[in-house]
Amino acid sequence: MPGKLKAKIVAGRHLPIMDRASDLTDAFVEVKFGNTTFKTDVYPKSLNPQWNSEWFKFEVDDEDLQDEPLQITVLDHDTYSANDAIGKVYIDIDPLLCSEAATVISGWLPIYDTIHGIRGEINVLVKVDLFNDLNRFRQSSCGVKFFCTTSIPRCYRAVMVHGFVEELVVNEDPEYQWIDRIRTPRASNEARQRLIFLMSGELQRKIGLKVLEMGGNAVVGYLQCFDLEGESGLVVRAIGTACTLEKISSTLPATATHPSNSSPSKDMKEPGFGEEAPGVPLSSGPPTPLRAQTFSSFSPSKSYSRQSSSSDTELSLTPKTVGIFLFPSTPTLESESSPLPSAHLPRHLWPGMASRSTTPPPLRLSKSDTAILRKSVSFSEELLLAASGMGSGGSAGKEAGPLKALLRQQTQSALEQREYPFFPLTAFPPGFLLHVGGVVSARSVKLLDRIHNPALGNTRSYKLLDWNSFTADEPETRDAWWEEIRQEIKSHAKALGCQAVVGYSESTSICEEVCILSASGTAAILSSRFMQDGPLDTEHRLSRQPLCVFSTGSERVEGDMGSSASLGFEEVVSPGCGFCHIPYDELNIPFPAQLTYCYCCRRYKVPDVLFTTIDLPTEANVTGKGCLIQARLCRTKKKAQGEGNATVISNLLPFLEYELHTQLMNKLKLRGMNALFGLRIQISIGETMLLGLASATGVYLTALPSPGGIQIAGKTPSDITYEQHISNMQKKINDTIAKNKELYEINPPEVVEEIIGSPIPEPRQRSRLFRSQSESSDEVSELDLSHGKKDAFVLEIDDTDAVEDIHALLTDFPTPAGFYSCNTEIMPGIQNWTSAIQMFTSVRVFRLNASLTSQGLNKIFSDLCENLLKSLYFKLRSMVPCCLCHLNFTVAIPEDELIQVAVTAVAMSFDKEQLLENGKQSGEKTLIKAITENDEQLQFNLELNAETPSPNPLSSPKGLSEVGSHLSARALSVDYSSFADRCSSWIEQLKLKAHTIRRGSVKTTSSMEKASPLPEGRSRSLRSNRSYSGSSVAVVKMTPLSFIPGAKIIKYLGIINMFFIRETTSLREEGGVSGFLHTFIAEVFAMVRAHVAALGGNAVVSYSMKECVFMENPNKNQAQCLINVSGDAVIFVRESELESTSVQTQSATTHTSNGAEGT
Amino acid sequence: MSTELDVFVGNTTVLDEDVYQLWLDGHTVSNAVRIRMEAGALQECEANAEVLHSDTMDQFRTFQMCERLLQSPSKVANQLLFQIPPHRQTMLIERYYEFDSVFAREVLGKKLSKGTKKDLDDISSKTGIALKCCRRQFDNFKHVFKVVEELKGPLVENIQRHFLLSDVLARDYAAIVFFANSRFETGKRKLQYLSFQDFAFCAGQLISYWTVGAVNNVMEDLDVDLEKEFLHDLKDLKVLVNDKDMLDQHKSLVCAQLRGKIKVFSEMEASFKNLSRALVNIASKLTHTKDFRDLFIDLVEKFIEPRRSDKWTIGDLRLFLKHYSSSVHTLEAFRHQVIWDRYMGVIKSCILKMYHD
Repeated sequence: MPGKLKAKIVAGRHLPIMDRASDLTDAFVEVKFGNTTFKTDVYPKSLNPQWNSEWFKFEVDDEDLQDEPLQITVLDHDTYSANDAIGKVYIDIDPLLCSEAATVISGWLPIYDTIHGIRGEINVLVKVDLFNDLNRFRQSSCGVKFFCTTSIPRCYRAVMVHGFVEELVVNEDPEYQWIDRIRTPRASNEARQRLIFLMSGELQRKIGLKVLEMGGNAVVGYLQCFDLEGESGLVVRAIGTACTLEKISSTLPATATHPSNSSPSKDMKEPGFGEEAPGVPLSSGPPTPLRAQTFSSFSPSKSYSRQSSSSDTELSLTPKTVGIFLFPSTPTLESESSPLPSAHLPRHLWPGMASRSTTPPPLRLSKSDTAILRKSVSFSEELLLAASGMGSGGSAGKEAGPLKALLRQQTQSALEQREYPFFPLTAFPPGFLLHVGGVVSARSVKLLDRIHNPALGNTRSYKLLDWNSFTADEPETRDAWWEEIRQEIKSHAKALGCQAVVGYSESTSICEEVCILSASGTAAILSSRFMQDGPLDTEHRLSRQPLCVFSTGSERVEGDMGSSASLGFEEVVSPGCGFCHIPYDELNIPFPAQLTYCYCCRRYKVPDVLFTTIDLPTEANVTGKGCLIQARLCRTKKKAQGEGNATVISNLLPFLEYELHTQLMNKLKLRGMNALFGLRIQISIGETMLLGLASATGVYLTALPSPGGIQIAGKTPSDITYEQHISNMQKKINDTIAKNKELYEINPPEVVEEIIGSPIPEPRQRSRLFRSQSESSDEVSELDLSHGKKDAFVLEIDDTDAVEDIHALLTDFPTPAGFYSCNTEIMPGIQNWTSAIQMFTSVRVFRLNASLTSQGLNKIFSDLCENLLKSLYFKLRSMVPCCLCHLNFTVAIPEDELIQVAVTAVAMSFDKEQLLENGKQSGEKTLIKAITENDEQLQFNLELNAETPSPNPLSSPKGLSEVGSHLSARALSVDYSSFADRCSSWIEQLKLKAHTIRRGSVKTTSSMEKASPLPEGRSRSLRSNRSYSGSSVAVVKMTPLSFIPGAKIIKYLGIINMFFIRETTSLREEGGVSGFLHTFIAEVFAMVRAHVAALGGNAVVSYSMKECVFMENPNKNQAQCLINVSGDAVIFVRESELESTSVQTQSATTHTSNGAEGT
Repeated sequence: MSTELDVFVGNTTVLDEDVYQLWLDGHTVSNAVRIRMEAGALQECEANAEVLHSDTMDQFRTFQMCERLLQSPSKVANQLLFQIPPHRQTMLIERYYEFDSVFAREVLGKKLSKGTKKDLDDISSKTGIALKCCRRQFDNFKHVFKVVEELKGPLVENIQRHFLLSDVLARDYAAIVFFANSRFETGKRKLQYLSFQDFAFCAGQLISYWTVGAVNNVMEDLDVDLEKEFLHDLKDLKVLVNDKDMLDQHKSLVCAQLRGKIKVFSEMEASFKNLSRALVNIASKLTHTKDFRDLFIDLVEKFIEPRRSDKWTIGDLRLFLKHYSSSVHTLEAFRHQVIWDRYMGVIKSCILKMYHD
């Protein structure tokens, strides 16, 4: 079915002088889409031409609309010679294809030339008339929304989460075609830019098709990457989570929420919870039954699913759940045989996985299911009662029937498709994530072979070929590679007793013909609640309410269900700790970990350390602040070719990972913290070295035991000076730990021994608790004394590695006063953001001298990162107090002896006064936030497995969601599963080396009840003062986060995905490499901003620079750079502008809520 | 081991005003780093020399990239490359166009040509202002001159509109343009005691009262040019000294007013004829370009210096000039009152401004 694309060229400005004689330009414009080209008249002798053209109309397939960009070329007319190109503008018209996104593209867009950069601007108008294609066999997927944001976008609710979607597209790289030898660099660059535009368009369309097949309407967490494989071609691949999203309407009557006060929610003890309701009707707390009603008023079909909370829905779902747990019990180890005999697949499971004997006992599951089901029935009755009180409850019941059937269908089909239960999402609605198992990762070293290239020597157009017509089996090969890795990940997750992987991402590193494919994620158990369609949120809500002291705790037989409890089927006891509870079988731990009873609820086991790739759940109880923790490693390797090289690399990888891991662990302990979030490990290969960079945000989770110190042990105790040396070091370390604890405000509250109803801890456990309590009076100073050698994390100093480690530990500079840093979205303990944000990109390239030892390299690399951070702090000192959020480091080895580090992050100021206050009540703050988030995202369903929700026993009167998930990462034990046979003995050694100590201290949750929304209110008033007046160019904010502090996102305009190449043959004249790259990055920012503004937006969220490939040849005075950026274009409004009478009530929701005010 | 590349780009362009000033002053990066260190930048944020160097390099590069835009300030507001809040834009522009009056004094009245540009190193060594900085200031003068030269309408407003400068700065530029256009002699040794501000004030007076734009609002030409007709009419003022009766009458009127009020009364009374002749002769000669360029040197040589040697105080001079010009109104035979006022108003304030050591 065709669509009609219309474009109008209005004017140009700031054009470059093309005619030296007159110092003017005779400009005209070519507008091209597909194979059709239109031209404007020549506007003679002007640098600010006014073309005011007619509407150029293109009648095209919607398939083309998705694949092709609109290409606008500005040229200088020349009577005697060929017309000179001034530059081009590529316009991605995808946002216009979705009814909910932008409707018109209109504005000044920079005219870009790959050699000269931006050369003036052009004002264009673009519209699309689309006739919807209902053909079942269509190849287009117009209307599917794409989001880079790795959480449910702020003004949407997820009706259903369908699962993982992935796709990849392959082509040859124009840069490596024969024709490149005879064409100009400009032509070559433009061919490449255009090709990548086409490929990502095609990729997006194909992913869209998959989403439609699954019954979804959107992709969240869309992550698209390029692999520039050089000679062997160009791969564009993407992953995402298919969802059915529903826009939160603004038409909701605020009154609907009022009756909520009469609902059970009244009894809830969360402060400020009830008050929120009027301001943000939809996202407001308790009145769930009501909400279902409200929905039905405007979207009947959706409300069905919502209303279907009747008990039998659950029943119908139950069998499915069991199915999930029985997950196509895959052969745990897929064949190691890769296309290449030499390719190795070292795969690593971070938290360790010594035994693969996982125990997913479906029988027990179903048992627990039924038990819980009973409960859910009981409260859905409650619910109905409440609903009918509202007047329209009756209808809900009646309509449930047909809907259910529909639901079942959907769920089933989606389940079948869920080959991989992966979710690239990093933040979840409360209640979605039950338990977290730990980080799972897999890597595979592959040899790239020459891409099949039948067209070599032919001039082939870059129009993408369908896979079928692509004679090579190239895509299949790449697909198979990823398939292997994903299988590996899946089996790792299973070994951890988890059925899903969240925070999932994939990446590659390529050097010559060797390629490392990596995937990592966090094994987790997700709530079934979100898999059923409608009823969930209502139930969810009820279960959060104190009313729900239908006390399941007593119903459940502890003994009988012992293991099922540890498998994650107990309901979450306390919202802030549930996700920490281990998901695996305690008696059959997949790796050696020290388990203790949760320090929050005292009911369930938690590991001593947690590593995850997701963001910190908003409801998590955190003590103090977090900080960025990085492990950096540089290892030399021999130069080698082909298979030999691949072998060398795959042999090195496990050691690299192990060392990174040890470093992370040491640094974590040095900061007195016990959990890592947002863990991202990047391994880059160069010809003579391997770089490893692991970044994460360390926090102190209240639910987890306090980490022990680090003890240094020498092996030759006889020598006195040596002893002295050791004790000096020990002292230094202890001092640092103490200092860090102060810096990050880690003062775990005293242990509260008496928790009524909590199971009595084992004796061993208990004694530990007692000990810690006795120490708590003088915690810091006693730190070193308190841990016996047995429990302590021992570093043996004879080991040269250990010496190095210690040095590395102590050379990390603390962040300067007023600064915090993290690589996650938000920093625990800071909520009072002002509206001052500064997104930035910083790139450094460091040249190494030849012949450095690994150790020397290590130090250089580490210093490089530290110095970069220092520079950032210095640069941003005017924003103090501020936090660098989402610090995203990317390392690369562009050529031998060069290390490139690129950082993109956002600095956000916060209000200091409230920081102090916050420090005191950080716990409460987090809670408030969690509450609001709850409200906003309760509408999040996942058809995953049925694990029926059940009410909380005693300790959940906080009314928080029972989000739970067991994080677990006994990180020190590393399992290289696919290596197991080869290095089992080695692994044993490693494990022996690792010890952990835990010091007990528990933060009670009682303080939460004190929270008040007041501070938020104050901070908001501050925020509103800070917006500055506009200039003639609209201000466009950019941030790698999914939100803008102090503002509400009211509309998503579509995805921004841009790829640029810049090349120069006059490097010195452009200010050298730094000048060249500085200009280019500024130009990329400018183009992103202009395109967002043209879509009608005023910000880009979830912005990321996914590729920055820089190559230089100073001798030839040349350089080239490729940059790929992406993000979501949005419209936001300042909260101050939104405020109505309900100022106070709304305050607690601040930036996290996505309330009902819509466009 | 060396850092090959080091860039930092913010979505909102990061600008450090102190570093901007160092850049404007023409310092090299290493110089600027040293100055910043001396100013205590290392205390901030636990920085070290390396960090400071990197930051300075980065800032300098940013300013260099901005410079192209700053040369046509109206583009700053609607360019897309740098996202800079409006108040920072204003700061950038204003500072970029600010100049050292010592430097301006040197260039004042000179032709803004390549020849003069070659002499900048002399000026640089004489004034102690970095050559780079001199070049920027000179180029700014030249640039502003070129742009407003072709524009019609009031000079100050034109400068303000095209260069988005503050009122004060725009007036200073107007003075520079005016001097460059009229090529007044300012370089003579006797004029060395006059500062740029003195001249700028005089230029302001001349622009306000003697130029084409001053009388009629018809914008037909650059109002930097003085009104020809007015200059021609000034010849008629000669009657004041040529007509003996009128001179005597004028003298007696002035003496009557000033008797006992100024210390130098007797000297004044004795040399009234010379005084009056000096002022009137300057007026009558203004039609000739050559004499017109010598306006200031004439004022100094023919009027200011003699008074100074007679030890007139500024107060005496002010009183004298006041009554000298006002008493003409009572001369019934004198028919050029309007011309006289227009002439004397400007001359009076110029003389008073220039009457110092």
